Amino acid sequence: MGQIIELVVKRVALGLVTMIVISLLIFVGVEALPGDLATAVLGQSATPETVAAFRKELKLDLPPHVRYFAWLGGFMRGDLGNSLSNQRPVAELIGWRFGNTMFLAASAAVVAVPVALILGILAALYRNTLFDKTISMVTLSTISFPEFFVAYILIALLSVQVVIFPSISNINEQMTFWEKIHAIVLPSLTLTLVVVAHMMRQTRAAIINILASPFIEMARLKGIKRMRVIVLHAFPNALSPVINVVAVNLAYLIVGVVIVEVVFVYPGLGQLLVDSVSKRDIPVVQASGLIFAATYVALNLLADVMSIISNPRMLNPR
Amino acid sequence: MALFKLLRQSPWSARIGLAMILINVFAALFAPVISPYTETEIVGDVWMPMSTDHFLGTDHLGRDLFTRMMYGARNTIAIAFITAMLSFMVGIIFGFFAATVGGWTDLACSRFVDIMMAFPTLIFALMALSIVGTSISALILVIALLDSTRVYRLSRAVAMDIEVMEYVEAARLRGEGIWWLMRHEILPNAMPPLVAEFGLRFCFVFLFIAALSFLGLGIQPPLADWGGMVRENSGAITFGIFIPLWPAGAIAFLTVGVNLVVDWFLHIASGLKD
Repeated sequence: MGQIIELVVKRVALGLVTMIVISLLIFVGVEALPGDLATAVLGQSATPETVAAFRKELKLDLPPHVRYFAWLGGFMRGDLGNSLSNQRPVAELIGWRFGNTMFLAASAAVVAVPVALILGILAALYRNTLFDKTISMVTLSTISFPEFFVAYILIALLSVQVVIFPSISNINEQMTFWEKIHAIVLPSLTLTLVVVAHMMRQTRAAIINILASPFIEMARLKGIKRMRVIVLHAFPNALSPVINVVAVNLAYLIVGVVIVEVVFVYPGLGQLLVDSVSKRDIPVVQASGLIFAATYVALNLLADVMSIISNPRMLNPR
Repeated sequence: MALFKLLRQSPWSARIGLAMILINVFAALFAPVISPYTETEIVGDVWMPMSTDHFLGTDHLGRDLFTRMMYGARNTIAIAFITAMLSFMVGIIFGFFAATVGGWTDLACSRFVDIMMAFPTLIFALMALSIVGTSISALILVIALLDSTRVYRLSRAVAMDIEVMEYVEAARLRGEGIWWLMRHEILPNAMPPLVAEFGLRFCFVFLFIAALSFLGLGIQPPLADWGGMVRENSGAITFGIFIPLWPAGAIAFLTVGVNLVVDWFLHIASGLKD
């Protein structure tokens, strides 16, 4: 047990260090070109007074380390500063949109995870059959497609040829749960298709890896029934890599959401980030980037911790 | 000659993939010769249907879509190729260097790469582009540096295996410098896995640039570029005009082709090891 706790603590500490470095990178990145930034945002014709006011607004007149801790401290308390483009507090802009993004990602995950796991396990058990080869071909091409290609094919099929679902997923707070679900069917389906392809291939590889290990061969040679080998011998050992696959793909989902949100004009955090990048609205970019990064790091951390905990070799050390 | 023999033994999937890549390369190289119009010339109405004058119709400004597709191949593939090459140069140099020198250099580089890889690439690129702007050179530099972390991982691992070989030891003892070791001992022996990886990284970079252009943050108009063309014409789809599917399909076409060839390369690379 002590060994596991030590590993988990190490991993969590590494995650924290990563987050600190990332926050530093985000901060220093903006820091790198402060003079340029003011003129770039305000334009060439800005007077020295407006540049000075802008620098004050971004608190560029204080020394860097003071600003870094002020920014990070504000972030912890939920004070993310004001947007440059419309002066509204960033926290207000982000809160609702982050919820929407999580809603979309969760709706895709609820379908994608079971489908991908079942397909992956079946493909591994019946590998090199027609079923396996077909699935492998289909998923390989899905992975090669850009997300927006999948999205536009779905729009062309299900929103233009046959008008079932809206091609613009504009949701608001007045809508009921089912109205929201109907509005996000297409973006959710796009994400599901892309994630299932990745997750299924990785699950298949993980299961085949387990089935090829010597202890499975040993169990087979002992004459144990096929089903029993799979349930009692293969499954507990496959759990750890499979949990890892799921969590890594969920992390990918959170980020993959950006493009799908833009295609379907969905009011999520990803779209806000893209808009703010083209407007060079630095405080919003910093805050939403940090939130995306934190979610991504947290999910990867969860993946590592869960796979450490569920690994039978770790649970029963010799 | 050896290459020719290798091709004759290739499976049909790899040949199809190769043909798909060659079509794209041909279009990219001879874009000005094949295309009936010039890149930004307005030749007709908005979103005209296919005809003998305009093989694929016209785009949202009335430019010939076939011409835009050919020039798009040229711009998109060239930029992705340059980016992937740059990413490989940086990744391989640092990876080999870390593996040959070892010690603190290796530790510092590897920890830094670990942290970079913990950061979602798309988010990082978006933030970087918001700071440095969206010129083509900035785009190439940002993506190449981000992607080189992956190349670093692989080339370091491969170089680690080669570095312990007797012939490297011998070269070291005869007093060859680190640069010479990297160039003449490690690089030739690390080629097979690196070539396969180049295909994969090219696909990734190509899709990534297409995604950024689609978001309006990559290659800027009026330059023709497949990702950007999907974005510009995306409004057409709600009128039942499927113009954005052409550039999007072209992106998918090239990636599938590269993936088919890479699959075959990976197969050869693993077969040689057995």
